Amino acid sequence: MLKDVTIGQYYPTGSVIHKLDPRTKILFTTAFVVMLFFLNNLWGYLATFLILLTITLLSKIPVGYIIRGIKGLVLIIMLTVVLNLFMTPGTPVATLGPLTVTIEGLKVATYMALRLIFLVIGTSIMTLTTSPIDLTDGMEWCMRFIPFVRRYAHELAMMMSIALRFIPTLMEETERIMKAQKARGANFETGNIIARAKNLIPILIPLFISAFRRADELATAMEARCYRGGENRTRMKQLAFEFRDGASLVLMFVMIIGLYLTTWIQIPLLFPV
Amino acid sequence: MSVEIKNLSHTYSEGSPFEFKALKDINITIEDGSFIGIIGHTGSGKSTLIQHLNGLLTPTSGTVLVDGKDIFATKKSDMILLRHHIGLVFQYPEHQLFEETVQKDVAFGPKNQGLSDQEVDQRVRQSIKMVGLDFEEVKDKSPFELSGGQMRRVAIAGVLAMEPSVLILDEPTAGLDPRGREEILAQIKSLHTQKKITVILVSHSMEDIGKMVDKILVMNEGEVVFFDTPNRVFTEITTLESIGLAVPEVTYLMRRLKEKYPEIREDIFTVEAAKKEILKVIRG
Repeated sequence: MLKDVTIGQYYPTGSVIHKLDPRTKILFTTAFVVMLFFLNNLWGYLATFLILLTITLLSKIPVGYIIRGIKGLVLIIMLTVVLNLFMTPGTPVATLGPLTVTIEGLKVATYMALRLIFLVIGTSIMTLTTSPIDLTDGMEWCMRFIPFVRRYAHELAMMMSIALRFIPTLMEETERIMKAQKARGANFETGNIIARAKNLIPILIPLFISAFRRADELATAMEARCYRGGENRTRMKQLAFEFRDGASLVLMFVMIIGLYLTTWIQIPLLFPV
Repeated sequence: MSVEIKNLSHTYSEGSPFEFKALKDINITIEDGSFIGIIGHTGSGKSTLIQHLNGLLTPTSGTVLVDGKDIFATKKSDMILLRHHIGLVFQYPEHQLFEETVQKDVAFGPKNQGLSDQEVDQRVRQSIKMVGLDFEEVKDKSPFELSGGQMRRVAIAGVLAMEPSVLILDEPTAGLDPRGREEILAQIKSLHTQKKITVILVSHSMEDIGKMVDKILVMNEGEVVFFDTPNRVFTEITTLESIGLAVPEVTYLMRRLKEKYPEIREDIFTVEAAKKEILKVIRG
């Protein structure tokens, strides 16, 4: 049950995409996300789809695995679609009781749904292909260019990597505690909502205690190894910007420009421009 | 209660790159009232195996029969009833304590069984006594202000209070001092003899297991290597060593002695038995 969560998971396959410098991937993902909101016709979304498909195939991650990540968002996507479908004023195409579907509504709903899906897929490809350590190293480097945040870049990155590191551990712990309480006859599967909420206490208390204990132990272990923040700290594994990163950056630049150019296309695809 | 494990296999994260075959076609029968020890290297599948016995894990293939009944073919509510009869004490059980007082925490299991307050109270008293703690002294204390060894005992009492007919313990002595280990093992042994319940003890230590159990189940990489009496298992020194296990120190001593005294027995694994045997040989 808990194992189905794919957010922030790393899926190692050793592909070309995995080997890219995390900074390259962060830069591209950021540009990609911004670009998604500029797209104004289906040509752009078609191009986005093709780009994502190519990257997915290159990353050797099973397509089904990536699609599973959207499952959790189905409700939000549905809600957006329904709201946009009926709430946008314009030329009516169909009526359903008091509700009217407009051609503009249809258009906005489709764009919003595609935008959300591509947003999630695009960002999850980044986390799936980048190990948490690489990801935070890359983030730390990127944060150095943001004023105000710069001072805390290392601390923020460290906090993020610790948080990411402990997601699976805490999940495992939760499962272990749940099993232990089940072995004592606890019942998490039946009963009304109040009974179920009450049943969470035997899980939450041990979980909090163990999280605090872990935090405490980790802090001691870090201090014992003379950790004192980012100042003068050097790395064993330096991020190295290689030829393939340069090459892919050029490619990515071309792709982003290409996406931007689609906004100028005047030939209608499905919807009028 | 007899427990029969039939063609049991379990694969974690099947179909993902993290796929791991933890159990491969296990077939064993644990008779009613027996005392079984499970031993094996870290990752040999011991913990996975015992979690199938009360239905916490569902097998990838194969099944478990308790008193002849397939436990995975039953309804959810029956599974919950089954867990009242098959008590499982996890590794580091003190990590599952959550109540304000020791008394309340131990009462959690029997309360889930739907017993009357009076009966719950009686069982709590009994089981706290069984694990060697003073009921009056600890009952109102928070479980979190106890020492590590005491917390472990309280947690074990929490399972004992359900009066299971099969008691499974996963490394109950891990991380305890030698005296705590001795005491807890002695209490488990006396529980077995007094109440005639089936006990399954998972351990790393051959010394601990050898002197207590009827049969030892040796596991390696998800498979059963031996399932036999300690006497016979401990003669297989080469196989045991090849899978990262060792026989008790005394057995090694007896082996060395045999080079000098060919008449000495070497299937010995407790200091007591070794002493007797050595005296017997020396005195002729």
